[in-house]
Amino acid sequence: MSSGNHLLHLMVVLFAAIFTENILLARFLGMCSFLSVSRQVKTAAGLGLAVAFVMTCTIALDWLAYRYILQPFAIEYFRFILFIIIIAAFVQFVEMVIERYSPVLYHNLGIFLPLITVNCAILGVSLFMVIRDYNLAESVVFGFGSGTGWMLAIIAMAGIREKLKNERIPKGLQGPGITLIIAGLMALAFIGFTGILSTR
Amino acid sequence: MQQKTAKDVILTAVWGDNPVFRQILGICSALAVTNLVLNTVVMGAAVMFTTALSGLTVSALRKWTPRVIRMMVEVLIIAFYVILFDQALKAYWPDMSRNLGPYVGLIITNCIIMGRTEAFANANPPMLSFVDGFFSGLGYSLVLISVAFFRELLGMGSLLGIPVPFFSSMLWDRWIIMVMPPGAFFTLAVIVWLARTIQFRKEEKKEGAKR
Repeated sequence: MSSGNHLLHLMVVLFAAIFTENILLARFLGMCSFLSVSRQVKTAAGLGLAVAFVMTCTIALDWLAYRYILQPFAIEYFRFILFIIIIAAFVQFVEMVIERYSPVLYHNLGIFLPLITVNCAILGVSLFMVIRDYNLAESVVFGFGSGTGWMLAIIAMAGIREKLKNERIPKGLQGPGITLIIAGLMALAFIGFTGILSTR
Repeated sequence: MQQKTAKDVILTAVWGDNPVFRQILGICSALAVTNLVLNTVVMGAAVMFTTALSGLTVSALRKWTPRVIRMMVEVLIIAFYVILFDQALKAYWPDMSRNLGPYVGLIITNCIIMGRTEAFANANPPMLSFVDGFFSGLGYSLVLISVAFFRELLGMGSLLGIPVPFFSSMLWDRWIIMVMPPGAFFTLAVIVWLARTIQFRKEEKKEGAKR
């Protein structure tokens, strides 16, 4: 494959991860924090940023671990445990570094870090990476794209929910109910991007 | 705290405390497979298997597990059962394993399982924890199966892959949207809405009776 083609291929992976295959709206990953931490744009942006960052880094670590530890010993079925440990350790490490060197950043971002270990989207992208057999470059681009897509979705949702705060909503629909409906409408909008990729 | 009977545990697990209605927990790992009823049933079985057995194991080991590392121990126990299920599925039903993709592995991060082991298995005897885990898993599966029921019926005109008379005929214009991701959000939203409205009604009635 020539380098131009290769770059184009990476762009397609990136675009697909952000828009057409949005990890949240098309793959339903990371729903728990999406539903509970999307009340304010500011907190949503903080969480989104933290997720995007951790996702990009852990997918690279997971790829290396999978390629150089699990595959040589043919123990691929251990990937669930290994990936979870890598994610938890990385989050803990980042938390310590931020706390030590940047109290401001820690104040804004640090509170979200423990939430991230249990965010299924992070483990999810690593599992998708294994199934789709991505190489290292593709994996990093895919992780970055998925994280960006997740951030985009949660910020948009928080913006809509801020506007909705003063509206009258049936009692049974308040909270998660209306959030799910909005998510459905957003998913509908994101499906519109599918045409761009298929006509390339 | 008085000892709960198995019946109480079952009732709260399936309806009163149903994880999906009450807290909208743990739908991440399963909403994606609700486009077909069969996939959802297998996924539900996987969740029940994991919650029940990890509840049993965590509870059996609770006296020997140091408090500080108990989360790590719980995750490892859950991961152990998920790997068992994943490997069995891959060996005996490879097609289904491919359909479910990464979602079986994602059961590990499903908040319901962790929630049950933390909230219940840590403080209750093994058999009761097994029952609690099993029925929490069942309550969760029932919700997802009802989502899958409507999605497959309205979107494909079939159930479990078998065409349903009216819905598979020319008279029914298939709702393709139901098979696509937005359909899952809309269906779940309507189901949560219904369940919550019924629950609010009940609570109001109870309060009215007190006065």
